[in-house]
Amino acid sequence: MEENISDSNSTKRKFWQGNVAITEGAIAAGCRFFAGYPITPSSEISHRFSKRMPQIGGIFLQMEDEIASLGAVIGASWTGIKAMTATSGPGFSLMQENIGYAAMTETPCVIVDVMRVGPSTGQATLSSQGDVYQARYGSHSPDYEIITLVPSTVKESYELIIHAFNLSEQYRTPVIFLSDGHISRMRETFEIPENKTIINRRKPKSKDDYIFGANSEDELVPPMPSLGEGYNVLVTGSTHDSKGFRHTRNGEIHRKLVNRLANKINLNKDKIIKIEENISKGAEVGIISYGSVSRTVWEMQKLAEDENIKLAHLRLVTLWPFPDKEVRSFMSGLKNIIVPEQNSGLIVKEIERCSNDNTNVLSLSKIGGGEPITPTDLLDLVVSVL
Amino acid sequence: MIKEIHEKFLRVVPKFCLGCGNEKIVDSVLSAINDLYGNTDDFVFLSGIGCAAWIPSPHFKADTIHTTHGRPITFATGVKIANPNLKVVVISGDGDLAGIGGNHLIHAARRNVEITTICVNNLVYGMTGGQYSPTTPAGAITSTTSAGNMEYSFDLARLVASAGASYAARWSTSHKSQLENSIKKAFEKGQRGFAFVEIISPCTTQFTRRNLKAFNLARKDQNLGEFIDIEREGFVKKIWEGMKENPSMR
Repeated sequence: MEENISDSNSTKRKFWQGNVAITEGAIAAGCRFFAGYPITPSSEISHRFSKRMPQIGGIFLQMEDEIASLGAVIGASWTGIKAMTATSGPGFSLMQENIGYAAMTETPCVIVDVMRVGPSTGQATLSSQGDVYQARYGSHSPDYEIITLVPSTVKESYELIIHAFNLSEQYRTPVIFLSDGHISRMRETFEIPENKTIINRRKPKSKDDYIFGANSEDELVPPMPSLGEGYNVLVTGSTHDSKGFRHTRNGEIHRKLVNRLANKINLNKDKIIKIEENISKGAEVGIISYGSVSRTVWEMQKLAEDENIKLAHLRLVTLWPFPDKEVRSFMSGLKNIIVPEQNSGLIVKEIERCSNDNTNVLSLSKIGGGEPITPTDLLDLVVSVL
Repeated sequence: MIKEIHEKFLRVVPKFCLGCGNEKIVDSVLSAINDLYGNTDDFVFLSGIGCAAWIPSPHFKADTIHTTHGRPITFATGVKIANPNLKVVVISGDGDLAGIGGNHLIHAARRNVEITTICVNNLVYGMTGGQYSPTTPAGAITSTTSAGNMEYSFDLARLVASAGASYAARWSTSHKSQLENSIKKAFEKGQRGFAFVEIISPCTTQFTRRNLKAFNLARKDQNLGEFIDIEREGFVKKIWEGMKENPSMR
């Protein structure tokens, strides 16, 4: 049964699929331009936008491939509107060059990747967490920093996509939203939050303002004009100075630009990073998770309580920039850390980097078939290290 | 006159190789804009990667976007749909628009999206060292076809015409008045549909010194002129008319 989507905001209580929550959250954030190319398991985002955008004066566009989709999104963003695309693993690979371009030209946009089983075409419709490094390191020379957010529920998908747009506008950067097949295609009941904070990009005050460099000593994110406003904007993915002019041989200008691209994220980590901690007093085993696997942890915690096992759980909502400080603080005093992931064990490497000799970091990995790590899989490992 | 136009429209005076047609194309494009509109206030120029992509950026005193290689038409599509009041112009080379970006070219023509595209066909990949491109004439000697090009070349203007464009023409840099008329027409038609002008402008550094014979053959194969000139409803117009009841985009 198809919901009458013209009054999708008439009641607060929703029973929505993750992909629908992503779409409606994006609209609530002010997104008025979507371009995409069909790919499972992200397709429902396109379906929903194709119906919703004409109702609200926004644009839905189906392009000839994922490269074109992100190209159109970047072009649209420079006209001053909030724009996004959505895809899945193979399409995300095709977008990588333009992701680097958006980072280098400081173009706000949101890229949703609904992770599915790879490598290559893999198991097309099934869930995985395989793109966590592609999100951070997928484009060539990723000397910039990029923000990546990972939801664990349908409700969080709605709220977090708003946060993704806000961060993208505030820091003039592409933001990667990593959903997965499970979260995107499950349905959950939730209430739409009443108070939503919406952030819009800062515009220049004068036509002489630098739009690709610092206007004051402490400015890390320059203001951004729109096309057609008389700023004669000079946008290029090549190394450029504060006004946009290319300098393809000067190392100093390159370092200044790229260091600022990294610093505008790194020096604001405290504002960007979101985590969720749940620590039982006297816990000896810690679990660090993100995305749909966190749901396994929640279920397992119930089983563990029955057996009087005390646990500490850290859920990463922001995956990049990596929450080093929060992970280190969580691990202090814990002998064993388990990192369950629906990939071959990727983020566990970051956790190991943050650990010291007193902590034993264990990976619990499961790939293929879209099969989730079960609460018993996880509990067995917990019991084995107690 | 051209000096005044340069002062009015250029932020930097372009410098290309000796004999390169790009400087003539800068003059033709800017003269057409000056005659028709007198300013570039509503213009956005997009270009990809390669020598011809340097024609608008950084030289034109206007909004310019130098995109990833082969993708200027995709960026242009986003710009035009998001803000239909802008005049959107793509200026790039044959390798960029017909090689790596060939798919976007035919799809933009098929959609009849309201963009003017000027393709500077220098018959090779010039900037990277003169390798053969999808428009290199058969038999031509290039850095990667030392025994002569074994591939056939695209007939770009006809390809774009048959893909669905409203306007497609081909001239060379030796046809100043015809070229300038076609550029003007493409600016006007480009506000109602996809308008395409191919300019044969052989790379003097990488192509003509090795290939006078092949170039003369190519001239016989690929005749000049207008290949389509029709009125067909534009894509952006259709999208926006569908939303007239809800014009709350911003």
